[in-house]
Amino acid sequence: MPLTFDDVQRLARLARIEIDAGATRDIQAKLDAIFSMIDELLSIDTTGIVPMAHAQDAMLPLREDAVTEVDQHALYQQNAPAVVDGLYLVPRVLD
Amino acid sequence: MKTIGELSQALRSRTVSSVELVQDALARVASAQARLNAFITVDADGALAAAREADAVRSRGEASALTGIPIAHKDVLMTAGMRTTCGSRMLGNFVAPFDAHVVARLREAGTVLVGKTNLDEFAMGSSTESSYFGPTRNPWNPACIPGGSSGGSAAAVAADLVPASTGTDTGGSIRQPAAMCGITGLKPTYGLCSRYGLVAFASSLDTPGVFARDALGCALLLDPMAGHDARDSTSLDRPREDRAAALRAPAPVRPLAGLRIGLPREYFGDGVDAAVLAAIDAALAKMRSLGATTVDIELPAVRHSVPVYYVIAPAEASSNLSRFDGVRYGHRAERYGDLADMYCRTRAEGFGAEVKRRILIGTYVLSHGYYDAYYLKAQQVRRLIAQDFARAFDRCDVIAGPTTPTAAFPIGAKADDPVQMYLNDIFTIAANLTGSPAMSIPCGFTAEGLPIGLQIQGRHFDEARILQVAHRFQQATDWHLRPPPGEGAADRKGRR
Repeated sequence: MPLTFDDVQRLARLARIEIDAGATRDIQAKLDAIFSMIDELLSIDTTGIVPMAHAQDAMLPLREDAVTEVDQHALYQQNAPAVVDGLYLVPRVLD
Repeated sequence: MKTIGELSQALRSRTVSSVELVQDALARVASAQARLNAFITVDADGALAAAREADAVRSRGEASALTGIPIAHKDVLMTAGMRTTCGSRMLGNFVAPFDAHVVARLREAGTVLVGKTNLDEFAMGSSTESSYFGPTRNPWNPACIPGGSSGGSAAAVAADLVPASTGTDTGGSIRQPAAMCGITGLKPTYGLCSRYGLVAFASSLDTPGVFARDALGCALLLDPMAGHDARDSTSLDRPREDRAAALRAPAPVRPLAGLRIGLPREYFGDGVDAAVLAAIDAALAKMRSLGATTVDIELPAVRHSVPVYYVIAPAEASSNLSRFDGVRYGHRAERYGDLADMYCRTRAEGFGAEVKRRILIGTYVLSHGYYDAYYLKAQQVRRLIAQDFARAFDRCDVIAGPTTPTAAFPIGAKADDPVQMYLNDIFTIAANLTGSPAMSIPCGFTAEGLPIGLQIQGRHFDEARILQVAHRFQQATDWHLRPPPGEGAADRKGRR
């Protein structure tokens, strides 16, 4: 089913990406072409087929429930756009 | 052009020093940059310091096979203290706080890091055209793409800027550029090499791997890269193997005797360029002359691998890339209103068109009402594809065919047609879906002089066998030793 203009705008909102009206039309056309290709999957009979989430049939390993990370916040925060007193700054969300 | 094995021998016999090799590499990288744009970051001072240390290690008699060998890493692998951009404006100024596991292992093995190579933004692409830092060009014809997404790493080895490099392969991003640049590329089994410090694109498919001129070079790099790492929950604990030593064992008269090569009917059909098919047929004839037998096999579900991939990979990407929000690292928009507006503008400015497209596809296929129809369905068809391969490997030891349907195409030819671009990976994606190891090795040229690659796929953890097949083929042929135009004539110190 082709995507509508509003579908693309809704996806952009969900994905937290600002997309203006002009770009939405171009993206809509390209996504339609991509989903025309993807839609061949819909007609494949997969009754009883267990979904494959992963290439290895392995169990996730468990480890001791212990703190292993050391405090490196100063190093990591060197890449942050805005930091004061070790805290990440974002626009005010509470008045 | 020398292979890693030859350079290692030259270092061992002291006919060249690591400092000389690295100076030579830095000079070549600098002179090729305007023409090829293979590198995003070059660390001359760090490389020379590491080379001096490597020479000191060697003088103390503590060198390994890779001590002092200059290499480059794809700029999606974290390198402590060095910019790691993923080819994106989003991470244009990001300095990695730690080494990726494979980066650390290659550092410990004595390699010298020259710099970081260009790639499609966040490794999403097949042409290295979508990098924020501009396209990389193919050394065989600079009007053509080098393949992607690890195009910078492939071009750097093809143009002999460095003898080896790392790449990552999520849907063919090592094998496809290896084929298009006329070099050897290896995607290991999923789980053999840790993904720790590989900036995540599609976590169930992403695989670190290597480029070199020949299979022995790939083995020399893979051996230290492989191994368990508790920081990647999908890293598997396997016995250590010395694959390089196995390749150096003397070859029997018929080195491929007993090998059964499966030829999938689906890899030799319509849509494959005639020159590619002719080169593959000639390579298979050579392998038969070396003792191998070929077996016709069928992989009926493999034709669905591109649509399966373009559901699963974007779904995982849309989740992984949600971390880029302008708060903890990376780009933040200059002007914004509230917090949600900051996220939306930051991501609009920081990501390029293809990355946005894939995030939107992933958001759609994971959204309410579409999850079962697309995401679950794709995972079921992924299982059908894996079952096809399991059945095929009952009848053969390796599977061979073209790496790509065509040789490299001109820059811009498919840039505005994502579906045509995606179909480029039709033969490579299945190995990511199944997690199998796969290589591309050079096996001929088109009439226009562009390289053609032969793909060899193996069973899980059977890297030693596919490396062996590639190595014995390369001992009997010289496709992998042919330099691009203008790259073979210079007489450089210590290099020939």
